[in-house]
Amino acid sequence: MMFTETPFVRVKLRRQAVAKWAFFAMAVSMIVPLLLIIAYLVERAMPSLSLEFLVAVPAKGMKEGGIWPALVGTIYLVVISLAVAAPIGVLAAVYLNEYAKDNWFNRLINLAVINLAGVPSIVHALFGLGAFVYAAQFGYSIISASLTLAIMTMPVIIASTREALASVPRSFREACWNVGATRWQTIRAIVLPNSISGILTGIILQVSRTAGETAPVMFTGAVFFKAVKSGDLFPYGLGDQCMALSMHLYTLSTQVPGVKESIPYATAVVLLGSVLLVNAAAIALRVWLRNRKKW
Amino acid sequence: MVTPTAKILVQDLRLAYGAREVIHGISFDIRQNEIFGIIGPAQSGKTSLLRCINRTIDFSPDATVTGTLLVDGEDVRQTRNVYELRRKIGMVAPLPVGLPLTIYDNVAFAPRCAGVRAKSDLDGLVEKCLTQAALWDEVKDRLDSLGTKLSGGQQQRLTIARALSHQPEVLCLDEFSIAIDPVTTMRIEDVLKELRKEITIILVTNLVQQARRLADRTMFLWNGDIVELDRNEVIFSEQPASRKTYEYVHGIFG
Repeated sequence: MMFTETPFVRVKLRRQAVAKWAFFAMAVSMIVPLLLIIAYLVERAMPSLSLEFLVAVPAKGMKEGGIWPALVGTIYLVVISLAVAAPIGVLAAVYLNEYAKDNWFNRLINLAVINLAGVPSIVHALFGLGAFVYAAQFGYSIISASLTLAIMTMPVIIASTREALASVPRSFREACWNVGATRWQTIRAIVLPNSISGILTGIILQVSRTAGETAPVMFTGAVFFKAVKSGDLFPYGLGDQCMALSMHLYTLSTQVPGVKESIPYATAVVLLGSVLLVNAAAIALRVWLRNRKKW
Repeated sequence: MVTPTAKILVQDLRLAYGAREVIHGISFDIRQNEIFGIIGPAQSGKTSLLRCINRTIDFSPDATVTGTLLVDGEDVRQTRNVYELRRKIGMVAPLPVGLPLTIYDNVAFAPRCAGVRAKSDLDGLVEKCLTQAALWDEVKDRLDSLGTKLSGGQQQRLTIARALSHQPEVLCLDEFSIAIDPVTTMRIEDVLKELRKEITIILVTNLVQQARRLADRTMFLWNGDIVELDRNEVIFSEQPASRKTYEYVHGIFG
């Protein structure tokens, strides 16, 4: 049969083309700001960017030198907060998705999780100050700051883990129950192995969020300056205060007159670079695990 | 019609999802080593009935079951060990479900859950069940490849092998043939004829002819009520007790 181009068909095709290009343009426009930000930052940061910058300590009242104490401090905060938030978040999500019946109590938990995820970080900061610094008497310390960050990331980890668990088809669970497997045996043998990629990706994405937050750590344990040996991997104890990249960037930009211009930009590049690196790792992990997908 | 050899005894069983009652107080028995056919249109309560028997109805939070349901004289609704009950009752769902495990692990899963650990025991069980399900010859050289990568018909036989792996005394098949080809269906039907020597089989089917070929007795369910339950010679004769049965099995209405 011949394809005849009636006026209706022509209009339809034109609309289709316009729609497609409009969507494409929007999608492309998302890349532009990111590239511009990176280009601008790197260009400004160039004079200071070096491996030396990473491992050196700030010098001359932070007007020169590197960012080692802040870099290590951020790693401390991220690792400890995720070490707390990830297990609790994942276990809570398993309960909510696999065990919880639909009753008022579990609906309440759900509501709490959703709302907690929407609380602004500055409010978490105040909560952390009251709860960990004062009430629990941890003082201004790495442990207070990490726990505050953990409270902040936990609801998001719960949400992403639940999504990963829900992506495992229910028919698999039913097949297991039918042969006399308990819920836990089903979760252990089928549900977790097949959702672990999504769970891990969700957790890794919280690394970048944790590293970037300023307010929660500023209120609970991050300081302006802390004397640390260059390249020292374990300069802090849990009860110490620490420096953090996000806070360091803030102080350099607003509190240190006469700082060498490229240093704040180089700090921003390190922060952004590590975030992008972690996100890339998450994507790579996801792709790798998806290729091993079993159905 | 209670007989001493009743494997499963159902009395005045009612099932409701929320306020909607889908099984309206039915009573029947299933005898040791028979193939018990259940026919009836969609929404007649066939699958729900099976889910009552192995208590997977528990996973529907809004379901309420009343009445008596005995397996080997033990009240299913009161049983303390529901996992033991489910091992006693093999269940094959309409759509094949290969678990995302190797073929070997698919079959070894249930025994492992029941605490069987010894490699030799598991090996023997896997071979026996896959042989019973008429799948062994096709997969014996690739037991460590994924069960989900098998064809639909093979996966359905894998599902049957899995249902046999916990050595059930009753095997429930819920429209096992809707997703597989006629040749595989015939092979599985041959398997079932062999199995009936050892176990009791409940065959839920939309294919009236399948019940006619395989079952000893057949129950005709309609909207949650039993229209007729009798030996196949009666159900599929020219004169079943109910006119409705005659019309259904002869395809006069749907």
